[in-house]
Amino acid sequence: MKAVLEARGITKRFSGVLANDRVDLDLGEGEIHALLGENGAGKSTLMNILYGLVRPDEGELRRSGRPVSLRSPSDAIALGIGMVHQHFMLIPVFTVAENIVLGAEPVRRGLLDRGSASAEVRGLSARYGLDVDPDARVEDLPVGVQQRVEILKALYRKAEILILDEPTAVLTPQEVDELFRVLRGLTSRGVSVLFITHKLREVLAVADRVTVMRAGKVVGAAIPAETDERGLAAMMVGREVVLQVSKAPARPKAVVLEVERLGVAGRRGSGGDAVRDVSFSVRAGEILGIAGVQGNGQTELVEAVTGLSPARDGRVLLRGRDVTGALPRALIERGVSHVPEDRQRHGLVLSYSVADNLVLCTYHRAPFAVRGVLRDDAREENARRLIKAYDIRAPGPGTPVSALSGGNQQKVILAREMSRPVELLVASQPTRGVDVGSIEHIHREIVAARDAGAAVLLVSAELDEILALSDRIAVMYRGGLVAMRDAGAVSRTELGMLMAGVLPGEAAPAPGAGEEAAPASAAGGAEA
Amino acid sequence: MVYRRYAFIAVVVSVLVLVVVLVGASQVPPLTIVASMAATTLAVATPLTLGALSGVFCERSGVVNLGIEGMMLAAAFSGWFGSIYASAVLGIPPLPSLLLGVVIAVATGALLGLLLAALAVTYSVDQILAGTVINLLAVGLTGFFNRQLFFGPASAFGGQVPHAPGVLPRLHVPLLADLPVVGPVFEQQPIAVAAVVLVGLTHLVLFRTRWGLRARAVGEHPRAAATVGIDVVRVRYVNVVIGGAIAGLGGAYFTLESVPSFEPMMTNGRGFISLAAMIFGDWTPFGSWAAALVFGAAQAFQINLQLFRDQIPPSWSFLQQSSVVGLVPYLLTLLILTGVIGKTTPPAADGQPYEPEGRR
Repeated sequence: MKAVLEARGITKRFSGVLANDRVDLDLGEGEIHALLGENGAGKSTLMNILYGLVRPDEGELRRSGRPVSLRSPSDAIALGIGMVHQHFMLIPVFTVAENIVLGAEPVRRGLLDRGSASAEVRGLSARYGLDVDPDARVEDLPVGVQQRVEILKALYRKAEILILDEPTAVLTPQEVDELFRVLRGLTSRGVSVLFITHKLREVLAVADRVTVMRAGKVVGAAIPAETDERGLAAMMVGREVVLQVSKAPARPKAVVLEVERLGVAGRRGSGGDAVRDVSFSVRAGEILGIAGVQGNGQTELVEAVTGLSPARDGRVLLRGRDVTGALPRALIERGVSHVPEDRQRHGLVLSYSVADNLVLCTYHRAPFAVRGVLRDDAREENARRLIKAYDIRAPGPGTPVSALSGGNQQKVILAREMSRPVELLVASQPTRGVDVGSIEHIHREIVAARDAGAAVLLVSAELDEILALSDRIAVMYRGGLVAMRDAGAVSRTELGMLMAGVLPGEAAPAPGAGEEAAPASAAGGAEA
Repeated sequence: MVYRRYAFIAVVVSVLVLVVVLVGASQVPPLTIVASMAATTLAVATPLTLGALSGVFCERSGVVNLGIEGMMLAAAFSGWFGSIYASAVLGIPPLPSLLLGVVIAVATGALLGLLLAALAVTYSVDQILAGTVINLLAVGLTGFFNRQLFFGPASAFGGQVPHAPGVLPRLHVPLLADLPVVGPVFEQQPIAVAAVVLVGLTHLVLFRTRWGLRARAVGEHPRAAATVGIDVVRVRYVNVVIGGAIAGLGGAYFTLESVPSFEPMMTNGRGFISLAAMIFGDWTPFGSWAAALVFGAAQAFQINLQLFRDQIPPSWSFLQQSSVVGLVPYLLTLLILTGVIGKTTPPAADGQPYEPEGRR
């Protein structure tokens, strides 16, 4: 196979940290090549180097055998390299066509030529089977369609090489399948795809070849047909990993949390409610998983349950007592633990030490404070104990929590939230951006909390996580709960459909049209 | 929301005009009063329109320009001094002197725009602070030079302000200015005319050209713009310098078009009011202009009311108090900024320094 893009001996340091250490990679013509690795393994750095966003300290890039130097994305674009970023690089208030032509706009007599921009976008989307309306505003489009706009953006610039950074993070399983079909279609037209991910399942499903990175180095390569998830995981983490969470069947007891017809207002300007008429309950000793694509009201639901934002209608009951609108402090005192979805903004005070972060909920009580004065020794002793118990990799209790990796930051939060009596654990995206090793640990702790008699409300956009941990599974779509199932009685496919708003009994939408067609009927169903 | 804002504008303007018409009706025909109000409104809205356009240029590219007030003040002084120097010292005739003054004012604004860009874009200084620095700098420098040049026997001009070359002459818009009654509305001075032209031009540039699309992209999502090869830093520099130049033209209005003299701090908050106009106008040129006209109408109200001072009925005597009437523009600013009339949306990356690629 002819290599269209090669990296040879790429090394990059960021303030002393080795992000890429003599990395070699080659992308063959017309292949889908997966770059697999954990967060922090150096994938993003390598990709930014390949797209001219970051310059390597050492090493060489070759385009179809010819050495090239990329000083900016423009250089990459000129060489036919396109990139689809994980966080879409789209301007929400611009139209699809404006976003696609931005930077290479057609002009007639000094003015933008909107007509020919739209026409060109129409032509491209017909040619590659990527259906979009050039005149729609990007902010009104579902994420799956926004991603198509990103791909079209690269194709408009005549990309022959497409780099996709974690392209499936925000998609429903159906959208993922659709994306894979699109990628296959592109490779059949000679486009080469470099696909960056940390999801093993996807690598096996779509890639022709896999390169695995760990700690800044390439640690191996494989062909999907010749390996399996276990093998890839071991390569990625550097040791054998237990992928399956082992847990005994749940033994639910009394109801701890009851949510009755909860409604939460949307963010200002978003129009409509973020959470509509949601009711459910969670018992002691069970894990209720809430599945759903990001942005379907899970965040607001969690905020209302944990007292961070007010409910518009409905009630939240804790052990039968109405705690709607109670302050977070009051909820904490009643045994509510919360692992928030954005750990850096809502879970930690980044500039504080590990020890201080570990007592954020209890600092005002003995033994951490005596008559209003903080006790350093108690705090430090507490920190040493928890660092050990939760395997937090930190130099010491005094280390600023900002210096820890994502996984270890998450362990700090978990340690803090579990180290007091827990009636209800609300865990929102508990393993987002966390390495596989820590995921294992965090999952074990959540199951342990359940077995110790806590009610657990788990919110996650990762279907695998929901399936692995939950005893019951609810699906959120457009602010409503569209389904509640026992974990044993639901398939991945069914959950995927529900997440896309397709209710059982309805015909599956035609591929590619699903996002636009389904919502109206599904939203009505959610209220019923 | 848009309709609510325009309805508000229409109501405020009608009320102001109506009051003056009622007060002056015994002396002057109502239509003449309306025309006079319109003419004054257009004229006094000039610096507000230009200030707001300056803001639109800067903020659409993501740089908050809080220094419009200072840019105007500095330009008002430098333009005025330039015109005096040209006519009194170099002996250049009045009109060329005045035009030279305008050029100097515009250049002064552009220079301060460059300073703002350097602070805000290159050095990532907090943009509120950067703008404030420019305002303080302008107050200090203009006051200092004003004293050094003209005050006391030891000053450069020996305590005597040389004779100024007057103000820019009115332009006579052909045909329109000859209409009966409404004619005066079309007899405006050049900077006022330029302001109106610039409203349309700014709209064209921002929404119909390649540059405008890129500038707005930079103001909404600079990283996205950078990934398609747009030079974020360059776009911001250019827009902020253009914005500064427009503010400079607004400054020229004070000393070259309105009155032929300079007073310390004579911009009197107009730069800040124009920012309110820009916000109320939803960062669009035409919206900002409409808002500037409301403020202009409030000022025209005050000016026209002075003409009919003696006609004001005793029960409305508070209207005779110029300090009360003079409050109207500031009250309007407060009202508009509280968001009662509806909130507008700034560009998403407005005020955020752009950090070029590093590690994310």
